Amino acid sequence: MVQLSWLMALSAAIFAIGVAGFLIRRNILVMFMSIELMLNAVNLAFISLGSRLGTMDGQTIVFFVMTVAAAEAAVGLAIIISIFRNRETVHADDLTLLRW
Amino acid sequence: MPLVLFWFLATLSVVSALGVVVQRNPVHSLLALVLTLVSLAALFIGQGAVVVGFLQVIVYAGAIMVLFLFVIWLLNLPVETRSTGRLVVKFLGTIAVAALLAEIETFSMPGQLQLKFSATHPAGYGSIEALSQTLFSQYLIAFEVTSVLLLVAVVGAVALARRSTMVEVQERAEQLASREKAA
Repeated sequence: MVQLSWLMALSAAIFAIGVAGFLIRRNILVMFMSIELMLNAVNLAFISLGSRLGTMDGQTIVFFVMTVAAAEAAVGLAIIISIFRNRETVHADDLTLLRW
Repeated sequence: MPLVLFWFLATLSVVSALGVVVQRNPVHSLLALVLTLVSLAALFIGQGAVVVGFLQVIVYAGAIMVLFLFVIWLLNLPVETRSTGRLVVKFLGTIAVAALLAEIETFSMPGQLQLKFSATHPAGYGSIEALSQTLFSQYLIAFEVTSVLLLVAVVGAVALARRSTMVEVQERAEQLASREKAA
């Protein structure tokens, strides 16, 4: 039997790796992938807790998270393409227009 | 789910998640991410969430990741040669992440959560019937709102990523030409 605390620890570890990737990497696309990593870590926590509680709510929320992730990926990648078309870069440090 | 399988999938997902962060080639990062998603999907199925696990493979590892791959190819991204970011940022980022991890580990342990856990699953748990029962009764409004969200996202993505029309391109070229003539 897999312990719930192991699953939660795994979820926390993957979430932390996602946060680290978002903070350390400067390539917008890789930062975006790190966000997907964080979303999936939280999905794992939802599924594990839902499984232990014996309710379907966790899985339903994961379903919604996936939909929101799909919408986010579509809009985010469109923004990246539009930035690349104008600035020829995907490096986050080069985009300083709104920095004071 | 057998313990051996759990440890194998857990190791695989953590290692490939690290791969997403450390790879310099964006395509390699993406392939590592697909590996993470597939191993997480197997963990979902092992927890009894069969439908969500398959959706994870089809929608996430299939559709969304292919979208990422298309964008990487479309932009023709080179392998990063220059160092990414300053060392101070990396150092502080790592410390912040370690603190965050410790915090989550402390507060998300099952002993802290005070929930009533049941040992057995009801019949049909994780099946598509059970999922749709919840989705179309308790979460119906959220489901409808999500469909609107997807529509807005599609329209927004098309509006953001479209090339400007030929008329706009010509107008811009004429503006540039007249500016050069004036200068």
